[in-house]
Parts: sequence; structure tokens; C-alpha cells
Amino acid sequence: MNDYVIEMLNITKEFPGIRANDDITLRLRRGEIHALLGENGAGKSTLMSVLFGLYQPEKGVIKKDGKIVRIKDPNDANALNIGMVHQHFKLVEVFTVLENIILGVEPQKMGFLEKKEARKRVVELSERYGLKIDPDAVIENISVGMQQRVEILKMLYRDNDILIFDEPTAVLTPQEIDELMHIMRSFAAEGKSILFITHKLNEIMAVADRCTVLRKGKCIGTVDVKDTDKTKLSRMMVGRDVEFVVSKDDARPEDTVLDVQNLTVPSKLHKNNAVKNVSFQVRAGEIVCLAGIEGNGQTEFVYALTGLERPSAGEITLKGEPIVRIAARREKQKASSLPKARTTLMPIRQRSKLGMSHIPEDRQKFGLVLDYTLEENLVLQRYWEPAFQKNGFIKKPAVRQYAEKLIKQYDIRSGQGPVTSARSMSGGNQQKAIVAREIDKNPDLLVAVQPTRGLDVGAIEYIHKQLVAARDNGKAVFLVSLELDEVMNVSDRILVMYEGEIVGEFDPKVTTVEELGLYMAGAKRQSAERTVH
Amino acid sequence: MRQTKRRSIHIPGGTSILASLISIGIGLVFGLILLVILNTKAAGGAFVSLVTTGFRSSDKFAKVLYQAAPLIMTGLSVGFAFKTGLFNIGATGQYTVGAAFALIGAIQFQLPWYVCVLLSLIGGAFWGVFPGLFKALFNVNEVITSIMFNWIAMFAVNLTINNLPMMLAKYWGGAQMDRTANLAQANPSALIPRLGLDTLMHSNYMNISIFIAVIFALIAWVILSKTTFGYELKACGYNRNASLYAGINAKRNIVFSMVIAGAFAGVGGGLYFLAGTGQYTLLKQLLAAGFNGIPVALLATSNPIGTIFSAFFVSYIQVGGDAMQPDFVKEIIDIIISVIIYLAAFALLTRELLSRSKMHREEEAESVASADAPAEKEEVSQS
Repeated sequence: MNDYVIEMLNITKEFPGIRANDDITLRLRRGEIHALLGENGAGKSTLMSVLFGLYQPEKGVIKKDGKIVRIKDPNDANALNIGMVHQHFKLVEVFTVLENIILGVEPQKMGFLEKKEARKRVVELSERYGLKIDPDAVIENISVGMQQRVEILKMLYRDNDILIFDEPTAVLTPQEIDELMHIMRSFAAEGKSILFITHKLNEIMAVADRCTVLRKGKCIGTVDVKDTDKTKLSRMMVGRDVEFVVSKDDARPEDTVLDVQNLTVPSKLHKNNAVKNVSFQVRAGEIVCLAGIEGNGQTEFVYALTGLERPSAGEITLKGEPIVRIAARREKQKASSLPKARTTLMPIRQRSKLGMSHIPEDRQKFGLVLDYTLEENLVLQRYWEPAFQKNGFIKKPAVRQYAEKLIKQYDIRSGQGPVTSARSMSGGNQQKAIVAREIDKNPDLLVAVQPTRGLDVGAIEYIHKQLVAARDNGKAVFLVSLELDEVMNVSDRILVMYEGEIVGEFDPKVTTVEELGLYMAGAKRQSAERTVH
Repeated sequence: MRQTKRRSIHIPGGTSILASLISIGIGLVFGLILLVILNTKAAGGAFVSLVTTGFRSSDKFAKVLYQAAPLIMTGLSVGFAFKTGLFNIGATGQYTVGAAFALIGAIQFQLPWYVCVLLSLIGGAFWGVFPGLFKALFNVNEVITSIMFNWIAMFAVNLTINNLPMMLAKYWGGAQMDRTANLAQANPSALIPRLGLDTLMHSNYMNISIFIAVIFALIAWVILSKTTFGYELKACGYNRNASLYAGINAKRNIVFSMVIAGAFAGVGGGLYFLAGTGQYTLLKQLLAAGFNGIPVALLATSNPIGTIFSAFFVSYIQVGGDAMQPDFVKEIIDIIISVIIYLAAFALLTRELLSRSKMHREEEAESVASADAPAEKEEVSQS
């Protein structure tokens, strides 16, 4: 009996200009949880894509139970009982949970779908592992955590016993993360083997048996988790010591930069408002963080603030200039009798010129033009400035020079430098490019939505330092984050949003993660008087 | 579980050109097969004339260039809109309106040729406004609008010309009621100059329209790859959300893109009818030249410079096809030409296949070469 269920030996995978995997060997034992740790662009996703048949390695072999196998596509991987939960789920939004689970392996009788048997098995599996789902719910209506359970059930339904989780906790709430850890442990206890891609050291310490660390495409080593600690792991990953706590002085807030009054934003998903009557200020020289569980109106709020969506009521003032002012709708207003209340909606370009920068939540949907090169993306917010164009003609040398400066300064790694297609860059480096572009604009108000999503500790440390530096330069920083560590570490004031309302305001030095969690989950709320400052 | 592969391979221009050439080759082979099936005896000779006629004599070559000019323009029209993420299937309508503006300027108002070309540009641009506005303001799919505007253009132009007696050939002593006047009779100054090229190449068809079209292709290339305007247009085409986020006025750009696309198609119409060799015929039929812009653009993968060559190819095949008469009837020739162009327009698909097989070959070679190496290493580590 071979100890290793999967062996990836001396895997090398190259992309133009970059060696994503360089002679990497990874061995997965039966029944273990094996973490794969590495910086952005270290080659973790590439290695897993090789195992899952999405890429073919230039060199190296894969063995299953000691026998060499060739995995040409995901179907081959499936046949070998390898399953994968992708970072971005691969679900059909308009199908039900059950339909998604059986998709591709539909049980049928004479061409007719036989859902009954399938339903029985799915329900059985979900009960056995405590993966609560409603088989008839439609995917687009269920939470991200629930969608992930569907992905896990998909693997179980196919009898996969090698399970790959690609950054599974990035989108989950703290409670959901605990649940997932528990489920992963029960899989391991049953003899299933788990490969767990992450950059979160806490999770590795909590759940993994062994950990393989990659850095810049090379394998640094495999260690037993019980013989190591966070500091050692992060040193292996980054190659230097990393500060986990952002060192910063107390904020010295000055004038109000952003003033939001009674903002209400309608929801696109349901008839209720996504943001309800929200008011707060952000002053120069402070970092205000909007915390909350995903889907409680943060996205809609940011869209309204940055001009991507139209609010239905309220006012927003940036540096004293109204950027949003919705005239109250009066039912029987006579045009002549009352002074006309005017609606102001400043276009996005003007908000940007006024000093607003925006690191968007969805980097591929909004932040980047994936078919543009890196340098073209780095000037996406500034190409019209005289520095980069003359009489409507783009000054290519100036753009190149600027791109090279940002690439160096922000350590954006890519295959071919400024002319790399943004699509071919790793997620973390795409994010770095956006952060570089938005911070380098030197804004008065920096709206940063999940700026460190999908980044490694080294990059997170860097971005947090940049946020603090912007604050210390007298800029106002408005941070929206789902990561409680980030919320506690970086911000000077915390606002918690629950179901579109701000339910509490906290001082990170006084409050605790547990307390925030209660407010985020809607179990507690401060009375209106206490939130007014 | 189905996985879509996200290719992250940078495709150099070389592969693009090679892909277009391979597609053309495949198209020609299919054309030959069709010829053999339809008329085995004459197939060989017909195929030779299909492939060689365009270069056989200077007058045939002149005809290739003459037909290529409007094709370049409609190809540019479709390709330019493509770059902005719009499918301009209305090139034929814009072409028709452009032609009408040019002819009315030439015959009714007796204007010189360069003013007429300018009028055709305005006419085409004017016809591009509507699908652009409908898309930008009401989010009506530009395909639907431009198809309807093709018909509106055709009937509106026919109606107008019918009601301007001076426009018709009969007024100038011609025999036919159903077509516009012969420019050589009605207003020779509206003919596009020939600069002696016609005597040089022994062809009535030859004039400077091909050079005008090439200049427009260069203009399109400069707009798209050198200007902030082109940067914005492409950003809208590649990722509408990101362009919105960057504060680009997507609606304005959609309208501009359609207007420019329309202008290109309109000039195409002007160039064709101002050559004096063709007269606009009042038929209830959309002009094919506009639709031919679609394969021209696809074959060129929307690249303005590539459009020059792909238009030349399509024109070349058409001239070659005409030479296959009388062994083959006109309709059969049209089918064969269509098949060739249709397959040639698969350039994008071929490009994808090409880059895939290239990767595959490299990886096969590598895995053979390295098959033994890891096995040895493994023994070492096991012991």
C-alpha cells in the first residue's frame, strides 16, 4: 500500500516570460489535510490547475496511488476522483442546487431526467456531513457560503476522495469558516485527502497536518504543521519577517472630507432598499472602516458613493462639493410655488478629478480591462491627463515610463512587464496593479473595497502600510472589508453595517472581534443616539 | 463538470497572419471540391482561373483594386464597430445612404468629386447615428436597429431618386428608367480622378479610390491605436463595466463609434458609385457590398491594416470567380465564392486552434524528453 495518494513530481510549467512552477514536488498522504501556502503568483493555482487537468506541465509526472497518470482535462481528473472547489464558483446561477450538483452526471432513464434518486443521495450526503442545503433553492438566491456547500456536495456526489479547495475561506464569514474547518476535518477522518490552498496562516495552523510552501514558482519545502508556527511559515513564504500588526500612530483627524447624509439605495435583487438612510462622515487623516457580512448593502453603498449606481435619496458631499443630492420627491409639487429642488449626480470622471479614488470590490468586472496590457490598465484613470496625452494622442513613452515606475514601486509581478496582458496575470498581481493605480493618484478620499482580497501576507502588509501612509498624509480613507483582522488592525473607526443600516460605531482599541461579530450578525445594535458623533 | 480554459497566451501577429492564410487555404480547397462535384471536366480550368485571373493581366488587377476599395471601407466599418463591442450589421444601409448622398451631390447639384466623397461620408455617418443613439439611450440591440435601418435606407433612397427626375439615366438620354445617370454624361467632374492610371493599366475601372480607402484604413488604425479616443472606444468594447468605472462616457462612445463606422461604410458607397462604372439600380434588394464587409473584417480580425489585405483577397476571388463563366453559371460561382469567404472568415477559430496545437506539440516533445528523469529522482527520495 502506497502512503501517498497523489504525487506530483518535479512539475515544471512555463508561461511566456515566466516559469510559474519550477521543479515542484508535492506529495499528498491519504487522509491528511495538506495546505499549499504561497504569495500571490507563487504558482499555487497553476500547480492545482495542473493536477486538475486545466494545464499540461512541460516537465514532471503525476502519480495516483503510485501509478503514473496523465490528466489531460478535468474529466480525467474526475475519473481519478479528484475534485476541486474553485475560488470563483462554477455554478449555473439559474439552476437549483440539485440541478447544479448532478450537472454532467445526470441520472437518466431513456433520455428523461431521473431526479428522485439523485435527490435522495444529495439529501443523504448533506445530512451525513452537516452540509445544510435546500436542494430546490436557486443558486442566485442563496448566500456565498451556501454556494460553497453546493460545490463541496458536487465533489461528494461524484465520490471524489481527493478534494482541492482553492482559497475557500476568502468569501466566508468567521462563523462559516469555523464550519468549513470542521467539515474538512471530518472528511480527513474518513480517509479523504484534502489539498487546501490559502494564504491565511491562522487557518493552516488550525486545520492542516502538513504544509508545502511555494515562493516565486519554487518549492521551499514541506513541513509538519505541529513543528512550526506562523512566524516560521510566513518567513518561508515571503523570504523575510512579516509584521502581522500594522504599526501606526493615533489618527489625527482634521476636516471632514466625506459627508454622507441619509443615503438610501434601492436594491437590484429585491424590492427593499439595499442601503437605508445611512449617515456618517470621514475626516482627513483617519481610516474609517465599514464592516459587515457580505451582502448587507456595502456593495450598493459603494456603488452609490462612487457613481456606479443611482441612490434614491440622500446627499453625499466630497470636500464641500455636493456629488450626490437627490431632490425629495413631492407628490403635488407645483413647479412655480416652490423653489425647484435640484438633483445632482456628479459623473464618475468628475468625482475622480475632485479627488476620489476607488479600489473596486470586483477587480475583473470593474477594476481592469483584461484584454488591455498592464501599462494600459495602469493609466485607466489618468490617460486623459496632459502627462499622458497630447492633442488626443497617447504619449506611449510617458505611459511606459509611468508603468515601469509603478511596477517597480509596487512590486507588480508579470511575465512581460508593462506589455503583459492583464488577463494573464495572477489575481494578486492584478489587485496590486489596481491598488498601485488608485493610491498613486494621490486622492483626497480613497475608497478601498476589500483591497487585500486574495493577497498574501507580504502584499497585505504592504497595502496596509500604504493605507496608513495615505492617512498620515492627511488623506481620508474609507475602507470596506469583510476580514475582521483587517478591520481591527487598520481602521481608526469601525462602522458595522447590517441589512443596509449602520448598527454600530466602534473604536478598534476598545472593541473585540466577538462584539463586532454580534453586531455583524444582527444580534445586537446600538441605539440611534449612541451612533451620532 | 465543465471547465472553460482561460488562455493566457500572448498571440503574436505572426500567428494571426498564418491563421488567416491557413483559413484562406482551407476555403480554396473546399471551393475546389465543390467545383469538382458540380462540373468535373471544367473544374481544373475554372479553379486555375479563379486563383490566377486577378494577377493575369493589368486590367483584371485594376478591377481587383477597384472592387477592393469599397470592401476596405465596409470592412473598416464593421471592424471599427467590433472593436467597440458593437456589431454593425447596418454597413449596407450606411453604404447605400452614402452612395445616394454622393450621387445626388454629383448629379442633382453638379458638385466636384471630392465634395461628393465628403457627402457620402456625411450620409453614412448620419445613418450610423440611429443605431448608436438607440443603443446608447434605450439599450436597443444595435443589430436589430441596423437591420431595420438597412431596409429603411434602401427604400428611402429608391423613393428619393425616383422623385428626382434629373437623377435618372433617362433624363440624360439613357435608355433605362431604373437606374441613375451615367456620371460621364451627367457630371464628369464628379468622377474620381484616374490620374492616368487607367491608361497605364488599360482599364476603365482604375482610379485613385484604392488609395483613398487605404488612407482611411490608416486613419482608423491611428484612431484605434494611438489616441485617447481609441483607447476609450476599445475599453468600452472589451469591458463596459471597467470603462464605466474609469469615468469613460460609454454612451457617447457608442454613438461616436457607430457614426465613424457609418462614415466608413458611406465613403465605400461613394467610392464605388463615383467611379462611373456602376450605376445605382433601383431594386428592392439590399446591396451585398455592405454585408461583404463582415467577412472582410472577420478575416482581418478587425485590424484596420489587415482589412486592406482581406478586402483585396475577397475582391480577388470575386474577379477570379467572374472568369469561371461560362463553364459555371453565375449562381454557382456565387456559392463557391461564398463558401471560400465563409471558411476564410474562420480565421479567429484557426488562430485559436493554431496556438493550441503549438502548445500541445511543445508539451509532447517535452514530456518525451523528460519521461525518465523524474523516475530516477523519485527513487533517490524514497530511499
